[in-house]
Amino acid sequence: MGEELLKIEGLVKSYDGHTVLDGIDLTVHSGEVLVIIGPSGCGKSTLLRCINGLEPIHGGKITLSGEEIRNGSKNLPTLRQKIGMVFQSYELFPHLTVLDNITLAPLKVQKRTKAEAEEEALKLLERVGLKDKAKQYPRQLSGGQKQRVAIVRALCMHPEVMLFDEVTAALDPEMVREVLDVMLDLAKQGRTMIIVTHEMQFAEAVADRVIFIDKGNIIEEGKPKEFFNSPKTERAAQFLNIFEFESVKD
Amino acid sequence: MNTEFIFKYLPLYEKAAVLTLRIGVEGIIIAILLGIICALIQYGKVPIIRRIVSVYIELSRNTPLLVQLFFIYYGLPKIGISTNAEVCGAIGLGFLGGSYMAEAIRSGLETIEPIQAESALSLGLKPAQVMRYVILPQAVSVSMPAFMANIIFLLKETSVFSAISLMDLMFTAKDLIGLYYKTTESLFMLVVFYLIILLPVSLLGRFIERRLRYAGFGT
Repeated sequence: MGEELLKIEGLVKSYDGHTVLDGIDLTVHSGEVLVIIGPSGCGKSTLLRCINGLEPIHGGKITLSGEEIRNGSKNLPTLRQKIGMVFQSYELFPHLTVLDNITLAPLKVQKRTKAEAEEEALKLLERVGLKDKAKQYPRQLSGGQKQRVAIVRALCMHPEVMLFDEVTAALDPEMVREVLDVMLDLAKQGRTMIIVTHEMQFAEAVADRVIFIDKGNIIEEGKPKEFFNSPKTERAAQFLNIFEFESVKD
Repeated sequence: MNTEFIFKYLPLYEKAAVLTLRIGVEGIIIAILLGIICALIQYGKVPIIRRIVSVYIELSRNTPLLVQLFFIYYGLPKIGISTNAEVCGAIGLGFLGGSYMAEAIRSGLETIEPIQAESALSLGLKPAQVMRYVILPQAVSVSMPAFMANIIFLLKETSVFSAISLMDLMFTAKDLIGLYYKTTESLFMLVVFYLIILLPVSLLGRFIERRLRYAGFGT
């Protein structure tokens, strides 16, 4: 594992006096795949949004390679280029083709040439099996295809860390697999990733480290095998048990 | 119907149509610029200026163009600004249209979910770039039907220009009726010329709406 890439110290975030994140300390190393799990409303997604500077924070500090990420600061657009984010609801731009969706930021933000940006976009699209969709509009794609395009769009900016916010939660089961496969592929390439997910088996397969958040605090942290097989805290055990059902009929 | 009369005064109508169209286009350009500025101020929730914009919008939408024109035409010279009828017409139309355009654009902007902007920001785009490349194109396509309806509405509103003695189409028709009592011919020409101006705009609007409709289909 590489050097420290992302460092979060004592992060506090609240909405209207209600504390969502209550002093989060977390360090992510270069090349690490970190999976965050926890019940709905525990603050997982808010944590990702804070890392991307989309939310003002009320305490603590977030740094990426030593540079502070703060909502409203001048260098935020520069820092965000290093942080790719994929949303649950895809958020492709409906008025642009798949190719234009992917090359918009490389062209306008990184000022790359059209030929070079499109070449890379097509290469990445081929990798996720969507090269033939380059000229189509988002509305012509299935949910799984849209999400793969969204991943490619983030990748094309060459981010140092990728954030995935429940990216399969809106997909039907058949499409979940195609998106998770792309993410497994990225993990194999050694990308730094922070993944919020409810797909437990996937989490176990992809993660270097798992953290469990509840009520704005990190309750438990560990290697995926240990965490899923023998969670140390009662709260985590209780949460994981929700996913097992006993047969009700003989 | 007296065709001889019609052909005799055709050039008069042509001149009036050109004047109507010119002031109409000038006024609409002012209206669009004013509308975009007001819509962005309201969308961006700029403090104080936003209140001024609200007052302007209510004032402009709830008073007749004729009254606004009178204020501009007779009022401006009173405070020392000398001007001519044509400039007054364009300003008046722009003042009236600005609020309608602002409301059309604002309602388009508000249909775009904030998370669209967030996803653009997360790619490293600056707020102005997010507006230009992601929000505005989608908002414009949503606003387009209202936008085109406003343009047609404003072109029709030019018919009150005759009140400040601009020799537009309405003025010409009224003048000819007054001089020669050829009511049928004069009004017939008036309708024809308004249609010549407005039908292409209407058709163009429908064409643009169809071209832009893609943004209405989910993400």
